[in-house]
Amino acid sequence: MWRDALLVGAKDLRVEARSRVATNQVAPFAVLVLVLFAFALDPDRGMLQRAAAGLFWVAVLFSAVLTVQRSQAVEGADGIGDALRLSGLDPAGIFLGKAGALAVELFALELVLGAGVIVLYGVDPAGYPTLVATAAAATLALAAAGTIYGALASGSRVQETLLPLLLLPAVAPVLIAATRAWEAALGTAVAVTAAADWVSLLGVLAVVYVAFGVAAFGPLMEER
Amino acid sequence: MRTSTSSSLTLSLGLAAGLSLGAAVVLGLTLPASVEQGEYSRLIAIHPGLAWASYLCFGVTALSSAAWLWPRTRAPRWDRLAGASAEIGVVFTALTLATGSIWGRPTWGVWWVWDARLTLSALMLALYLGYLALRRVPNPPEIRARRSAVAALLAVVVVPLNHFAVDWWRTLHQGRSFAQLDPGNDLDGAFIGAMLLGLLAMTLVYSWLLVHRYRVARLEDERDERSFEEALDARRRETVVAR
Amino acid sequence: MGVAVNLRSAVCLLGRFPALAGVDLVVASGEIVLVQGANGAGKTTLLRALAGLVPVVEGEAEVLGHDLRRDRRSLRCHVGLLGHGPGLYDDLSVADNLRFWARAAGGDGDDVTRAAARMGLDGRLLEAAAGRLSTGQRRRAALAALVARKPRLWLLDEPHAGLDAAGRDVVDGLVREAVDGGATVVLASHELERARALADRSVVLAGGRTVAGPADHAGIADAAPSVPEPTEPVHVA
Repeated sequence: MWRDALLVGAKDLRVEARSRVATNQVAPFAVLVLVLFAFALDPDRGMLQRAAAGLFWVAVLFSAVLTVQRSQAVEGADGIGDALRLSGLDPAGIFLGKAGALAVELFALELVLGAGVIVLYGVDPAGYPTLVATAAAATLALAAAGTIYGALASGSRVQETLLPLLLLPAVAPVLIAATRAWEAALGTAVAVTAAADWVSLLGVLAVVYVAFGVAAFGPLMEER
Repeated sequence: MRTSTSSSLTLSLGLAAGLSLGAAVVLGLTLPASVEQGEYSRLIAIHPGLAWASYLCFGVTALSSAAWLWPRTRAPRWDRLAGASAEIGVVFTALTLATGSIWGRPTWGVWWVWDARLTLSALMLALYLGYLALRRVPNPPEIRARRSAVAALLAVVVVPLNHFAVDWWRTLHQGRSFAQLDPGNDLDGAFIGAMLLGLLAMTLVYSWLLVHRYRVARLEDERDERSFEEALDARRRETVVAR
Repeated sequence: MGVAVNLRSAVCLLGRFPALAGVDLVVASGEIVLVQGANGAGKTTLLRALAGLVPVVEGEAEVLGHDLRRDRRSLRCHVGLLGHGPGLYDDLSVADNLRFWARAAGGDGDDVTRAAARMGLDGRLLEAAAGRLSTGQRRRAALAALVARKPRLWLLDEPHAGLDAAGRDVVDGLVREAVDGGATVVLASHELERARALADRSVVLAGGRTVAGPADHAGIADAAPSVPEPTEPVHVA
């Protein structure tokens, strides 16, 4: 399973490195979203600073939808589905590989967005360990949930519109928990629940989605 | 071929549902107005029942989805049941949201606040709207059933997680309907009675709708479907046509 | 040599449509069998069923000793299917594609090098992105991916389509080599002259059934399938 996961993950990252869709399209889009937030909200810096954590994670969520769609489109080429089923690759390994590659891409995107938030919104990145731990757990949860829902929505004509409708309500807790944890770390809001609690909730989310994906990908690939 | 979804079962279920719903409404209207919430407290005859029924719907969807995924019990009827139950569940959830918002109005002063349970219901509505959208994708029946079943089971995992997150985030709610009532008090006793009657009524309404919706789904499946033998026969005769 | 494929009255459904409506097919190990039939006769579904991709819902089906009605998955890694789609990642180079599929099947770099060379994919082509290749080049790359997996059962759907004369000769050579190496080949083709010369024998599919049993090539060419006319028209609901 782990060997297959590495193989598939490396393949997905190689596809991204060659096609440059993530760097040339998704990352600029994500930064653009940050800029649009600044247009929509009061340009007075205090407002953006206070909302920075939430805006950051909303931008991540939107970009995640695009990245998931891209990750599924790669497998949609003619004959790939049959080839994967005949390949002897473990479905759980395929899931872990795809989710892992997605997590790496999202994490890179978060670095770009993080720089954007610091530069554009004037946020002071205090509390590094919490920020990074939150991002790691949230990214893993997003990547796993995205891979499952991406597979559920794949191969249909309405794929582009169906995926956000399926994915966004399911990752609402990721948005809530990640935003609250970041707010606590950045000190931009009064924390009712400690950041550590939110990070553990994110950890639980990640574990649950990964476990579900490992179990569900076998049946999901068994089609036609 | 059958063309109706009625039977003696639906007739008696429908009658029982109508009677109990009527009784719950009448009881709700004759309740005294409560001190804090005024006339709005009468909604206790309807709102908890709706909320309970929506959870019941999604519970049935989850169980029948599991039954479909389990190879030994796999049969098209589980897929039909899951879809039928989820459709009714979405209606109940929407009504739960509407009545909850109306009920909260006197307490909160606005139609919508980011109250934990209200928010959770809204998320649940979105989640199952997505599930229904997935069911409408024109996939072959087997694939549709498989993907819907996985999505339904995933929703069962997601709802409690949403519950935790939303609960920690927003803890304004007035408490559960049961918790704030004292059964020893005569007045509260009447409220509890109305609420329990509402639960019964909504369960009956749900069962009645479910049987009908399930039968509609079965009729749809039967509409174009020829018997297996007929289809085989037609396929084998293509030999002659092709030459 | 044992039996590689044994189908008895096999029925496969595509949705509710019985694409295979009772196929009888026995293929001995090391045989090359050509499947003929008009468009829509069920050739592609038959090959996909033999690969364990389409479930057999009725009848008996055993491929390479795997009972397809009980377990289709364990068979799959021993089978190579050349379908209509090339099964290549457009953004990856041909070499990367070949490496990925070979490693997935447990192969190594040597298999890739050999397979690429066999299909005439040289340095420049190997480094080109699969999406930029011509149809024929993509076909060659797909075949190379199949060769690199070293399958025991080759299922080729229109292997000659889209290839130039040299490419077709390479395909024929590959098939013969595979059989010499102990593999079994089932192919569907409309290039009847070339395919018949390659195959040991043919079977004809029509209406989702084998209408002419195993026979040598001499008799098959003009043999009309003998299926009884229906005694009365059946009205389809």
